[in-house]
Amino acid sequence: MENSGFLFAAYTVIWAVVFGYVFFLVRKQSSLKRRLDSLEKDLDKK
Amino acid sequence: MKENLITKYWLPVLSLALFIAGLYLVFLYVPTEASMGVVQRIFYFHVPVAWVAFLAFFIVFIGSILYLWKRDDRWDRLAAASAEIGVIFTTLVLITGSIWARPAWGVWWTWEPRLTTALVLWFIYAAYLLVRSYAPEESRGARFAAVIGIVGFIDVPIVFLAIVLWRTQHPNPVIFEGGLEGSMLLTLMVCLAAFTTLYVTLLRLRMHLRKVEKVIKIFESEKENPA
Repeated sequence: MENSGFLFAAYTVIWAVVFGYVFFLVRKQSSLKRRLDSLEKDLDKK
Repeated sequence: MKENLITKYWLPVLSLALFIAGLYLVFLYVPTEASMGVVQRIFYFHVPVAWVAFLAFFIVFIGSILYLWKRDDRWDRLAAASAEIGVIFTTLVLITGSIWARPAWGVWWTWEPRLTTALVLWFIYAAYLLVRSYAPEESRGARFAAVIGIVGFIDVPIVFLAIVLWRTQHPNPVIFEGGLEGSMLLTLMVCLAAFTTLYVTLLRLRMHLRKVEKVIKIFESEKENPA
């Protein structure tokens, strides 16, 4: 299995970057939800 | 159309199923290529990642034209979301290509036409994202970015044809020349389908988040500056 380290590295990078981007989107969604909740609270006060 | 669990999740579920099938084919089904050995298996993800990058920039091109023509925010959201995904996938093309180049060519990087034009492509669309982020007004940033999205697309066929136009170290497009054995072609097609469905899933999610963000920004600015 010569060069299998390069194969492992290539696939690891792909999964790490894809999951990293999905994580970024999930964080973004949570942050938007917090901002939306805050706006809703302000609206309820009025 | 009312969205239920099936319409909401069928695409990510299909993408996941295709990835599981793809990984099975890459690591357990397809035979090891004779000349390059096990490292050639990078090909089954490297090519689909490149395909998604090209597709993403084509969508940026279409979205940008339609935005400048119709001035409808939906097209701008489509282009912006696709550009972001395109840059991520171009980054992956460059990294996986470099990892493959080391055992195949003995170097991590060489300034040959395919690699150089692909790097230029990355810089063009990174500039697209920077223009959007740092423009003083959002609408002006969208217009400037749309121009980059249209003009920048010129580099996509150049990257694709670089191996035909110039003498390069990069292998020829074996898919179009019928140089792939049946099981290898099947594996590649499944991986292409997996990455394409992943792209559409990410695109839909990113566009939705951009839409929600814009609405929140409008309400926040109204809150800060009540009429």
